[in-house]
Amino acid sequence: MEIGLNHYLVLSAILFGLGLFAMITRRNAILVLMGIELILNAANINLVAFSHFGGMGVDGQVLTIFVMILAVAEAAVALGIVLNLYNNFATVDVDEANTMKD
Amino acid sequence: MPYTTILFYVLAFITVVSAVVVVFNKNVIHSAFSLFFALFAVSGIFVLLRADFIAITQIMIYVGGILILLLFGVMLTTKITDIELRSKNLNTIPGIIFTVGIISILVFIITSTKWHVKAPVVNEETVSQIGKMLLTNYLLPFEIASIVLLVALIGSAMFARRIKD
Repeated sequence: MEIGLNHYLVLSAILFGLGLFAMITRRNAILVLMGIELILNAANINLVAFSHFGGMGVDGQVLTIFVMILAVAEAAVALGIVLNLYNNFATVDVDEANTMKD
Repeated sequence: MPYTTILFYVLAFITVVSAVVVVFNKNVIHSAFSLFFALFAVSGIFVLLRADFIAITQIMIYVGGILILLLFGVMLTTKITDIELRSKNLNTIPGIIFTVGIISILVFIITSTKWHVKAPVVNEETVSQIGKMLLTNYLLPFEIASIVLLVALIGSAMFARRIKD
């Protein structure tokens, strides 16, 4: 059986669901970040698959590059925030950090 | 069965199993290393979609950059010998029900839609096309992305600095 567009879209849907699950159930802030990375990867697979099967050239791949740039910026800033959280609260549990100053 | 089909199923299997380990493992370090395999397999998926530049960029940026950054985050915020490295879950059963619902709705939508699929264009090389696109049609987003990266660089350096008072 030939691999079509649906196969890639279903794979990306499963990755999106797993990333969403990590975001809503894990309490470690770094694991929440890993969930966000999984969701961004699912979006990248969708973009590249539509670009390949839609016969539209490389527009989807250029958009994928922009998504990657934003993922890098987000990871750097978020890790700075997580380090500050650890310095202030001595934990990275997102449930514990419920006040604006200690 | 053509070999690309087998390759797709192998790569999809590695991706999904690694992502499941990332999500369900108790140990944060194991999750980070499992994310490594998931990102590598996604890069293989990009190769199957004939996006060679994106595949290499995926390995360089995600595996070489973001994953190392996440590992730094894990090691700076947890003590390796401590029990603190294990992370607990919250609301697991509602989360599983919600996630399975979302995935089944998405799969139903994907399989019931009549997608407008053309015969895949086999690009000779995508690097030169992407380069031309970035400097013609997508010039403004390209420049804005450079400003975003500069702002993120300065901002994260400001955040991570330990303020002595």
